[in-house]
Amino acid sequence: MRMMAGRARRKTGKLALRYAAATIVTIIFLFPVYWLFMISFKTPDEIFHVPPLWVPGEIQFSNYWVLFKDGDVKVIWNSLVVAGTSSAIAMLLGTFCAYSLARFNTGGENLAMWIISQRMIPPIAVVFPIFLIYVYFGMVDTYAGLILLYTAFNLPYVIWMMRGYIVDIPLELEESALVDGCTRWQTFWRVVFPMARTGLMATAVFTFVFAWNDFLFALILTRTEVITFPVMLTHYFGGQSNFWAKIAAMSVLGTLPIFVAVTLMQRYLVRGISLGAVKG
Amino acid sequence: MAEVRISGLHKYYGPVHALKGIDLTVGDGEFAVFVGPSGCGKSTLLRTIAGLEEEDGGEIRIGGQVVNDMRPRDRNIAMVFQNYALYPFLTVYDNIAFGLRARKVGEAEIKKRVDDAAAMLGITALLERFPRQLSGGQRQRVAIGRAIVRQAQLFLFDEPLSNLDAKLRDEMRGEIKRLHKDISTTMIYVTHDQVEAMTLADRIVLLRDGRIEQQGSPLELFERPTTGFVASFLGSPSINLIPAKLVRRGQAAAVLLASGEALELPEARAAGVDAGGERAVILGIRPQHLGHAVGGPAAPGMARVSATVDLIQPTGTRTYVTSRIGGVPVTAELDAHDVHEQGAVLDYEVDMSRCLLIDPATDKVI
Repeated sequence: MRMMAGRARRKTGKLALRYAAATIVTIIFLFPVYWLFMISFKTPDEIFHVPPLWVPGEIQFSNYWVLFKDGDVKVIWNSLVVAGTSSAIAMLLGTFCAYSLARFNTGGENLAMWIISQRMIPPIAVVFPIFLIYVYFGMVDTYAGLILLYTAFNLPYVIWMMRGYIVDIPLELEESALVDGCTRWQTFWRVVFPMARTGLMATAVFTFVFAWNDFLFALILTRTEVITFPVMLTHYFGGQSNFWAKIAAMSVLGTLPIFVAVTLMQRYLVRGISLGAVKG
Repeated sequence: MAEVRISGLHKYYGPVHALKGIDLTVGDGEFAVFVGPSGCGKSTLLRTIAGLEEEDGGEIRIGGQVVNDMRPRDRNIAMVFQNYALYPFLTVYDNIAFGLRARKVGEAEIKKRVDDAAAMLGITALLERFPRQLSGGQRQRVAIGRAIVRQAQLFLFDEPLSNLDAKLRDEMRGEIKRLHKDISTTMIYVTHDQVEAMTLADRIVLLRDGRIEQQGSPLELFERPTTGFVASFLGSPSINLIPAKLVRRGQAAAVLLASGEALELPEARAAGVDAGGERAVILGIRPQHLGHAVGGPAAPGMARVSATVDLIQPTGTRTYVTSRIGGVPVTAELDAHDVHEQGAVLDYEVDMSRCLLIDPATDKVI
């Protein structure tokens, strides 16, 4: 009896220790985010206050208001359009390609490998040729230009990931649907699509995040019209001084869509990532 | 309902010749079982009939119509798969309704057919559940339900029971047989289990290495196999095959075992074999045709052999007793209460009128 009680106590102790460690790690990681949020609500005086203020005197939105008044928030919209559209196109095309690779062994053994190898090129190495091509076709500083680029960059990733998920779907499910009265096309929509839902969601989040976070291409290929959020952020770092209030507010605005997306998809992400990890 | 007529069917997988000229007719309303060891082509044949594999030669007719160039959906067939192939994201009801919806059947008609099938299979209470909430047997019922509602002209089963445990398998086997009696649709069933083949089939089609080795009713194959392969595939425990010599003296003939015993063939059998003097044979005796010899002289057609009991395997009703006869282990199926001690010498009575003589060179039954 005493031994059992001892074991239970040791177990509780271990658990408490684990929670303590987890809490400390969480605080360390979350602190910069917290600080960013706080700055976005502070007045200029509070931002530069010594010693630093943990919380602003009052929550005020003037930093955000400035972004709206100057029209700077349009960059969030630009990012949404570019990232959203390119992810949607990449997901659609990529999943079809993946299905073809997985089920019809299109291109034999090597095509799939070649496709993923496209992702291994350092982006900076191709920025200059792409820029020249874009200038030639008049696609610099257009939605279409960025969407095309991000679609192209995300496609190999989508194909590779979705191929893994589709290979995992038991072939009999599709065969059963074919015998039961579906065409190939119907089989894809009615069986493969719902079966691959987890993978689709997880992959879609990653493609969206890639396009959302891209700085390099957006910097080179935009001027004034379709500036995305990361590029805009750099405009606030001045030669003489930095607009900390704007930086913070814009960063918060830029983080929100990703935060919302990940929260909504969390259920799929956890399973999707681990599935993808095994499949590689 | 429909007749299936296959002629000269060939199928290659790269360099592998999987089906080597299959000619086969399955009658309207017949229950045909394709059986054979793994790799014999039975599943390939079924999948080719379904249209899931493309043939490389030959013709398939279902209900008189050539279906070679038809998509699976246009062949009006229903298929039950080994792993059930239920859609995990759909309820049982939606799983069963899936094929009907794909064919744009009205919802009222769908409901009627699903309810009927569910009642028939005793799964009405499960209609709102998801496949993951079902046991193996229940899943198999749903898979069969999905086939029933289609009212197809041909049912295909691809080893539907091999994922179930033994008890459930026996139960479902009975249900499938009853189902065939009730709806009397033409059915083709693939299995590697000879018990399933024997119990279910109107016609067994035994395949070996891409060819039909023999086909016919279960009893025909069991009692009159044309090759040693067929003889040893059907029956449990499997037939004893003893290398021996066939010796003929005038009208009489006997089988001479390596251990020296001569087993006289009954006159009727002896007349049928033409052995000029002596030839090598394999003597095939089913365990059921070996008995425990008691008193008196051997009955007509019976031969006697004594051997030491090596192994006893009781099953409850019957006991399998193994001894070395003619240099090989031979199993006899005896009464449970013919109690025998291991190591004891036992007198066996061999029913020579039912033995098989197999040519060792060609594997053909003489």
